[in-house]
Parts: sequence; structure tokens; C-alpha cells
Amino acid sequence: MTENKFKYIGRERRTKEDKRFVIGAGNYVADIARPGCLHLAVVRSPHPCARIAAIRTEKALALPGVHYVLTGAELEEYTKPLQQYLDTPNVRWYSLAVERTRYAGEWVAAVVADSRYIAEDAVELIEVDYEPLPFIIDPEAALLPEAVAVHPKHGSNVIYRRTFSWGPVAEDFSKADHTLAFRTRWHRSATVPLETFGVISEWGPGQDILEVWASIQMPQYVEQIAAALKMPQNNIRVHYDVDVGGSYGVKRGIKHTVMVCYLAKKLGRPVRFIEDRLDNMSGGDMHGPDRSFDMKVAFDKSGRINSLKIRVLDDVGAYPGRSPLQLGKPIGAIVGAYRIGSVEYEAISVTTNKTGQVAVRGFGQSPTNVALETAIDRVAAYLDLDRLEVRRRNFIRPEDFPYLIPSGTTYDSGNYPAVLDKALNLADYERMLVRRDELRASGVAAGIGIATCLEPSGGNSAFEGLLNPSNESTTFLEAVMVKVDRNGTVTVIINTTTSGQGHETLVSLIVGEELEREPDQIRVVHSDSLNGLWTHSPVGSRMAIMMGGAAAGAAKKLKRDLLRIAAHNLGVAEDELAYDSGTISVAKDSTRKLSWEQLVIIAHRQYQKMPAGMEPALQSTFVLEVPSGGNLPTPDGRIQMYPCHSFQAHVALVSIDMGTGKPTILDYSIAHDCGTVINPHIVRGMIYGGAAHGIGAAFYERFAYDEGGQLLSQTFMDYLLPSVHEVPEIRQTEHCTPSPLTSHGQKGVGEGGYLGAPAAMASAVNDALAPHGKTLDTLPMRIRDIWECLNLA
Amino acid sequence: MSNHDIKIKVNGVVRTGTVSARTTLADFLREDCRLTGTHIGCEHGICGACSVEYDGQPVRSCLMYAVQADGHEVTTVEGLSDKDGKLSALQDAFCDTHALQCGFCTPAMLISAQSLLNETLKPTDEQIREALSANICRCTGYVQIFQAVRLAAERLRSGKEKVAS
Ligand code: FES
Ligand code: FES
Repeated sequence: MTENKFKYIGRERRTKEDKRFVIGAGNYVADIARPGCLHLAVVRSPHPCARIAAIRTEKALALPGVHYVLTGAELEEYTKPLQQYLDTPNVRWYSLAVERTRYAGEWVAAVVADSRYIAEDAVELIEVDYEPLPFIIDPEAALLPEAVAVHPKHGSNVIYRRTFSWGPVAEDFSKADHTLAFRTRWHRSATVPLETFGVISEWGPGQDILEVWASIQMPQYVEQIAAALKMPQNNIRVHYDVDVGGSYGVKRGIKHTVMVCYLAKKLGRPVRFIEDRLDNMSGGDMHGPDRSFDMKVAFDKSGRINSLKIRVLDDVGAYPGRSPLQLGKPIGAIVGAYRIGSVEYEAISVTTNKTGQVAVRGFGQSPTNVALETAIDRVAAYLDLDRLEVRRRNFIRPEDFPYLIPSGTTYDSGNYPAVLDKALNLADYERMLVRRDELRASGVAAGIGIATCLEPSGGNSAFEGLLNPSNESTTFLEAVMVKVDRNGTVTVIINTTTSGQGHETLVSLIVGEELEREPDQIRVVHSDSLNGLWTHSPVGSRMAIMMGGAAAGAAKKLKRDLLRIAAHNLGVAEDELAYDSGTISVAKDSTRKLSWEQLVIIAHRQYQKMPAGMEPALQSTFVLEVPSGGNLPTPDGRIQMYPCHSFQAHVALVSIDMGTGKPTILDYSIAHDCGTVINPHIVRGMIYGGAAHGIGAAFYERFAYDEGGQLLSQTFMDYLLPSVHEVPEIRQTEHCTPSPLTSHGQKGVGEGGYLGAPAAMASAVNDALAPHGKTLDTLPMRIRDIWECLNLA
Repeated sequence: MSNHDIKIKVNGVVRTGTVSARTTLADFLREDCRLTGTHIGCEHGICGACSVEYDGQPVRSCLMYAVQADGHEVTTVEGLSDKDGKLSALQDAFCDTHALQCGFCTPAMLISAQSLLNETLKPTDEQIREALSANICRCTGYVQIFQAVRLAAERLRSGKEKVAS
């Protein structure tokens, strides 16, 4: 491993956040008590599609403690529809169903009462007359011209459809030695945080400010509240100091928020809505991608892949919102880690009568990576080559960087063969092969899973303009402020909520590194949306790059100010000075110096000693744009998606009980390269945790609907979350190829575990099934599915 | 719904209150006692986020009514550190291994792991796995939680409890 040249960055240090959580002092939204707060509960539609003929609320309103019942009709009158990211003006989405319901579980009315208990009693007293209508559940059927349209005025269920073609696809296919085709299916699942979504709002009439506390992780949250409520944005204050109990992409409760804000203002009382688990799973619009991939691969006899044709159909449920864009992000790594010269990508997004899809860790890339990695394994099997060898032959080589992929993104840096080797070493691959074969000989099925994944990081909005040409916004910034007070202590202000990523640790380490001040002494606070600066929130594995980069920028500016003050007072030019832990001395005469404390006194209290024209005090702000920001797509759909590209290799051994089909992960090793590691504990946690999510998606988690449009997995008894029994003690090791684009060479790491694990598990199961002549390309690979492969002809 | 006067010893302090028969123990702790370290993740007994120690045993506080706890003793996460705020060995080890991310599962994870350590300071991996399997964590993949429990057990065994910072 390369020598760590940093003092604080990359060192094994405790995080700043953990202590408050281990004593139970987190500040989650449900912990916030506002005096006089009312509680909300929702009425859920039992029908996947029905006209709402009448809603009778008298009995509910007569119940003591009930204050109000809100319906979609009232919301439609007073609020604007929630934002759609594509040009689909006839898709109108409100917090509550308007005129018709579009999925079983959709919220039809909301009751506000003195307690959640009373609100739930009142929900049972509300009578809704439904006239059931035809509905559509199957995404392939939803595509057909005769299909019932979820939004009749939109005219069809197709929300997005475009075929991109990058490079000479037809030629590459016609010249190829071989081609093969297969289909993979990724069923609906999501990251399902342990904390449901919650929001509290309060209208302060004296100040005309709408206060919002929410369990949120969402770009443009405040501006969308303002738009929906037709309110100036500076009348809304979102408090970013709320701890979020997990999100991994999904905490985008804009529909919950608009309804709660509307009621808080209307009733003049604080209102809170904390979803219960049923609200969350059935109607929270928090399901993830639901896709099938039809893959065609063109390759030569050595296993070099020339071209890919990908057709992906994604079922976004009833209200698309931002989710169709999840077909866009994979374009930024459409060839994964491989030198594939041309790609055709047909992306189709359809509506069905299911709860809406939302952003999930990786923003659509994990299902895509399963399809890609399956392609590699299939080519190897077809040619009877080793799967590792096929990967090595196709890898983008270390000397190829910066590397331009056909869809227009340049990968910044990487060393894929080295990372794969590290994973194999960690796994003791030769020994693992022996163990697999011993297991097979002893009568169990066993397989080794191998997968790699690209993790584009740095998060911008490039896919917005790519999928919606009328959207020309490219700015996706992050801002940080650093200030030094009159006593010389440092405070950093960040402008977003945190859901476990350790932002306080991140910026304290980076500011500490730049200013050479002890990070533990640096205070990091979360602003609110009025008193802070700007953010696009922690999406797309961007905070190490963006918040870290902005923190570095602000600290550097502050250091420049200190040098300027010192130069003025020591009577030398700035480049003759040396900076050491906040003390600035003349480089050639270290006896002439000013301490941190002295510089602070000058800046804050002794204006007479300040350089002419310089602002007093010590503070700086830095607003960072994504390093690759500011570009729009070409007409043929090429674009620089994200700036930085992390990489992981996963190797796992899985055994399967022949009698039950139950898989057990016996060994799991991951090697990763996210450039410079800022805090090793946090990086490791992201990798283990992401992989655990991936294990869930691979084997257990599925939001299943029956033919009648009813969601079958509404509780944790049906939607299975991996426990410590299902997740093995994963091992990890790192490699560092710094990014040339970031402040300290860091790249993102929040998603890679989740991008690699499902592909690795699919690879392991298919390796186990291979001797039985079977393949299984549907995730989750349920125990029964695996059993059928092993036991049915 | 009938109301009941109850008296529960929570973290060594006697708490009294009048609760409706259907008030869960979790809601009583969170709303009436304002001990918000106990979290609610599912309210149907699966996730374990609401676990508290009840007469020395971990239980799901979402599956108990507050009236059932009348006259009993409850320890929540707020009762794990000592009176001066010094972290327990387990809490300290959680910080050392970063056994958490969002922190939502953490209080209950500590309750489950602590009750294991109350029984043995030489837990086997199987015992640790069994104890932690009562709780779901969506963030960590459990690896660093495992490490924390081993570390705490080892420190407690050797009496070398690290002084909390
Ligand atoms: S909240 Fe009690 S077990 Fe989930
Ligand atoms: S730390 Fe987030 S659920 Fe465990």
C-alpha cells in the first residue's frame, strides 16, 4: 500500500457522530416534540384502480380528538402537482389520490387528530365509495397499445422510450465470431431503511415561516415544497440537523411533506406524520427498480467482447417522479470495467398500477451491473474459458486512463486487474476452488461468485438533460462555510441532512488536514435551508468528492487569508512564509512568526493590523460544482455522466442445500478502489453495508404483487431483510488509484457494495447450478427458485 | 379505552403515568418518558429496533403494552452509560469499530449485545450471531457490530476497559 501522506485523512480515527448515537441521543424526526403537535394517519385504497365516487368523513370528524380530514380534491384545489422530471404534463401526482386511485395502498385521505391512535381510529370511520376500474400490473403487458393506461390523459403507459446507439453496433455484431442472448430479471425491492419516512411541519404566523423537520435525503426538496404550495421559497425553513435513520436514496417524501405542510399552515398547529411500516411499504412510493434486461453480446473467439445490445424495461409504478431517470445513470458506466467498443441501449419506462418507484442506492445501476456481469460469465461459459480470464482480457487497462467509453463518459482513473487480484488473494482463490469442489463432492451444490462493478461518483444531474432535452440545468453544486471565532476555534457549516454517511467526520478531517488543526476540535453543524448555503444533497456517492471538495476549498481560502494577514504583519511576501499547524513564520527566519491565536486576534479585534481592503474576521465559503459539470448531451446521447469512477471486485463462495435450496454464503471478500480513503471506518462500513443490501436484493427482498394488484409483501414477515444469519462476516481490502479530479484524490464509495453484491451472488448461484445444467437469472433468487433448479427436470 | 395508572422503574428511576390500555411500552417510553433512544422500526416484532431490557431480558417494546410493565424494571439505551456519562465498554467498542452508520438500530443492538455480555464475557461467534440476530441493521452489514461485541468482551475480560473519550 502506498504511504499515507496525510496527517488525519486515512487514519484509523473514531467518527465524530457515533458517540451521540450509542447513548441514544440521536435527533430523529420522530424524536422532535413540538408543543400542541397533531398527528396524521392515512386512508389507503384497497383497489389498484378505482374511481373515487364519494368520501364520507362525518363519522370520523365526530370522533373526539379529530381535527380535520383532508382529501385529494382539496389538495388539487390548493396545491400544484408534484414534480415530474420528464415532459409528461398529463401525469398529475398529488399527495392524495385525486378522482381515482392508481394502486392498492395509495393514500386517499388523511386524518389529523390529537394522537396517532385517535387518527387511526378515525381512519376506520371514513367511508369511501370506490368504483373499481380495469388495471395493469405486468410491465410487458403495460407496453402493449391496447393496455389500460394508468394515466389515461397521457395516452399510454410509456413514460420514456429511446434507443441509443453508440459506436458501430451493427458492424460489430456482423463481424463478431459469436453472439449470444439472454434475459435477466430484477424484481422490485428497495433499500427499506429501518426508520420509515417522517415529517413535522409548523407554521409560525408571526414570522410567516413554514418550519419543516423531515427524515429527508433529496435534492431540490425545499424548492419543490415551495412550488407545490405556491409559496416563496424563503418562507420555508427545512432543518438539516435532523438525523436520518437510513435512506440509501429512498427518503424522498415530497408527497408526505406537501400534505403535512399544507395542513400545518391551514390548521395553525404543528402536524406530524410518521409513516408506520404499512404506510411505508404499501403507499410510501419507496419501491426501487423493477426491470427486465434483454441482452445480446457480440464477441470473438478469444472472449473479447466487441459490442452489446441492451433492452431494458423498467416498471416505475403509478407515479414516475424522478424514477425514469434511473435508466439514465447507468449510461455513464454502460460498459462497466470493460473495453467494449459499441453499445445499443434501448431504455423503456412504463407505468403500472403499483406504488411509485423512487431512487435507490446506485440509481439504477445495480440491476444493470447484474446484466453486464452475467454477460461476462455467459461468454466465458460459451467459450469454455475461465471467468477471470475473460474479465482480464476485457478490462480497461491501467495505461488506458483517462478512458472514454462509447456513451461519452471519460473514466478518470483505475487499476482493475490489480483490484481483482487483491480480491482473489484475500479470498485465497485457489483454496476456494478446492473447497468448492470438496463441497460438491460431499453432495451439496456450491459455487463461486465473481463480479466487478464500476461506481460512478460525484453525482450531478447529467441524466436529467439526457432523458429530457428541455431541461438544460447542469449545475449540481455543494457549498461549505468555514469560520474561526474570536477564541480561535473552528466551526464548519454544512447544508444537508445526514443519514449515516458521516459528513461531520468527513469535513472535520478535510478542514483539519488543510488547516493542520486537530479534527476533534473542529465543530461541524448542519444549517437550515434559510441560514445556510446551497446543497444538492448526498446522492450519487458524491459527498466525499463534493462536500469534501467544498470543505477543502473553503479551508484553503481561509488559509490564504491567514497568510495574507501574516505577510502584512511580518513585512514579507506571502511566498516567503511557512505555515505549520496554524503558526505562520518567515521561512528563512523561524523566530519571526505569528501564532494561530495572534492571527485570530488580529483578524477579529485589531483592524489596524489588517492589510488594507481586507474584510475583518475569519470566514470563507466555497461553492463547488461537480468537477465534470456544465456539459449537455450530444444529439446522439453522449454525455460525461459522473466525474469519478470507483471500482470493486467481489469474490464469494456459496453453498446450497440440495434438499431445501437454501443458500449459505460461506466466504465473501471484496477489494475496492475509491481513491484516497478519508476515514477507513466509514469506507469499510459503506462496503459491508452496501453488500448486505445487495445480498438482500439477490436472495430475499421483493415487493411482490398478485394478479389482483395487491401487494403481498407489506410487512417484514413477507419482505425479508437479511439478518446477521444471512450476511456473513465480509472481508475487505483496499487499493488506491487517486482521482485526478478531486481535492485529495478521493472518489465515492456509498454504492459500490450494492452494485457488486447482487451480481456476485447471481454468479455464485449460477456456478453452483452449472453442473446441474441450469441457470437462474431472476432476482431475488428465492430458496424455492433455487430448489426448483436443482430438483426439477 | 380504559386508562390505567402505572409505575415502572426505568433506568433506575421510578416513572409513573396514566396510560390507555392500548399504549405500547415503546410509546410510553418515547412519548411519556421522553426517552427517545428506543426506536420504532416496524411495530410488528421483526426489526428489533424497539428492544429494551425488561427485568433483565431483552424484549420488543412495540409488542408490549405499557400496563403490562406496571411494577417491572426496564433499561433503555439511556441507562447503559454510567451516571457521569461514561460510556459502557460496549458503547465504547461500538465507537471504536464504527459499529453503526445512521444509528437507528444502535440502541437496541446495544441492548441485545449487552444482555449477551451480562451472561458471558467469552461469547462464541455463534452466541454473538444468535444475540444480534434479534436486530436488523440496514446500514452496516453487521461486520463492525460483530467486531465491537468481541472487542468489548475482550476488554471486559481483561479488565482493561478503555477510558471513554
Ligand atoms: S419496532 Fe418493535 S420489533 Fe420492530
Ligand atoms: S446503523 Fe442504520 S440501521 Fe443500523
